[in-house]
Amino acid sequence: MDLGKDLVAASATPLVLAILAEGDSYGYAIIKRVAELSGGHLQWTDGMLYPVLHRLERQGYVTAKWGMSENRRRRKYYHISKLGRAQLEIQRQQWQVVDKTLRSMWMKAQTA
Amino acid sequence: MTNSADHASLEAQIAQWREYVRRRRAFNGPDVEELEDHLRDQVAALTENGLVDDEAFLVAVRRMGNLDALSREFAREHSERLWKQLVMMPDVGDKTAQATRTESLVVLGLAVAAALAVRIPALFGLQLHGGDEPFFVRNASLFVLPLLAGFFAWKRGVEVASYVWLALPFAVAAVFANVFPFSPASDTQVLTALHLPIALWLVVGIAYAGGRWFAGGRRMDFVRFSGELLIYYVLIALGGGVLTAITLMTFASIEVDAAWLAEDWLIPCGAAGAVIVGSWLVEAKQTVIENMAPVLTRLFTPLFTVVLLAFLATMAWTGSPINVEREVLIGFDLLLALVIGLVLYAQSARDPEAPPGLFDVLQLLLVASALAVDAIALAAITARISEFGFTPNRVAALGENLVLLVNLAGSAWLCARFLQNRSSFAALERWQVAYLPVYSVWAAFVVIVFPPLFGYR
Repeated sequence: MDLGKDLVAASATPLVLAILAEGDSYGYAIIKRVAELSGGHLQWTDGMLYPVLHRLERQGYVTAKWGMSENRRRRKYYHISKLGRAQLEIQRQQWQVVDKTLRSMWMKAQTA
Repeated sequence: MTNSADHASLEAQIAQWREYVRRRRAFNGPDVEELEDHLRDQVAALTENGLVDDEAFLVAVRRMGNLDALSREFAREHSERLWKQLVMMPDVGDKTAQATRTESLVVLGLAVAAALAVRIPALFGLQLHGGDEPFFVRNASLFVLPLLAGFFAWKRGVEVASYVWLALPFAVAAVFANVFPFSPASDTQVLTALHLPIALWLVVGIAYAGGRWFAGGRRMDFVRFSGELLIYYVLIALGGGVLTAITLMTFASIEVDAAWLAEDWLIPCGAAGAVIVGSWLVEAKQTVIENMAPVLTRLFTPLFTVVLLAFLATMAWTGSPINVEREVLIGFDLLLALVIGLVLYAQSARDPEAPPGLFDVLQLLLVASALAVDAIALAAITARISEFGFTPNRVAALGENLVLLVNLAGSAWLCARFLQNRSSFAALERWQVAYLPVYSVWAAFVVIVFPPLFGYR
């Protein structure tokens, strides 16, 4: 099952922030984690993650710094900021509202 | 599983991909590095799952996504990168970094030298203010242009012998600018001051072309360079004007008169140094930023055409003749020079292969109306020339008018033929650049022959 483009775009921010809330990470690992969490249903075009990360950085939700990977390559690590955590909380509440609304609709549809 | 030959080919593929991504303006250095790190992780994971390097690379690149779409996303996030930035220093580690640094130092040295050259006469008691102004006005171009020619000779790597040939005209110019016993407030002296830079600009052009003026397309490049330099110079001069005003204002506020600083140092030294710095900027940015002169020509060609046509129509309607005043001939000289400039810079940016278009028609109309206006003015002036008598200014202005008229008439003829598809655009361009030295030769003639001819009046 492939998700629509708009839905993928909309869910990108809370997903990335939620993954970073688990601990600092970098692009490739974030993509892998998303695939893992969604059971492979959420397929991102790999490159598209980076403009999202850069936007979050500009908005101040994450900070980035260059570090070293285990095989001695330069790698950019992202870290969620205080502002980012607050934003994650807001997004979580918003998505819960959407989820709850849809859920009640579908419950009705099933019982009808 | 991965032998070293296979690995080398993977590295080559990644390097190729990196270069490909780098060429897009939406990605900067760190972005490319970040994406490359991702690509390598992906390749490593895929080979672990049993793919060979080549396959892993292809899959990883595919998963990275369409590069057009990706660079659109990056551009949306980093819109500032779409503005072409004039960066003087290349990326660290670039092989050309050393060369650029050397060039910056040479330019800085030459700019300072030009600025100080203006002050050298002061060591010999010649003051910018206090009776020696004519000396400075006559020699203005000699303070800067030799250094500019030297810069281009150095940059193009001409042979040592060529330096001598380039220096010769400047030496001759210095002699003719200074040996004549000009009478005070003499007209021929002013003519020398005005014509010497035009004559010497050709020498700068020869240096610009690396000593090979007649070889290939360098002459049109020099035309482009001259136009851009003019625009840059005006911009720098505007900045300099603000700097001067601020200097005077701030010092005046503590009741110190800084006029001497502005008049003896800031303005003359800045004006000289700005020529070198402006030239360097034009050289450095030619591949980075859109040329401005052709843009201005596109804007003003239609407007000037309309004005000239309206002028002709009004004159025909009212029947009033051109009032031949003292300055009128010089005014029409300027008009012709301007029209030539408009034609030249429109040509400099035109694709020679393109078929005739609406803009070419417009240009022919502009040239034709300028020719008509000038012919009327010239007729009015020659009719009354006996009344005026021959003064140096009038002869010079008349000569210039003739030189410009020949150039424009030739352009109009070739432009008309081009529009009828009977001649190529290249012929028109050849005519324009071939004619350029005529201006300098005429200017040199004015400098050398006029003062004795008119008795240093």
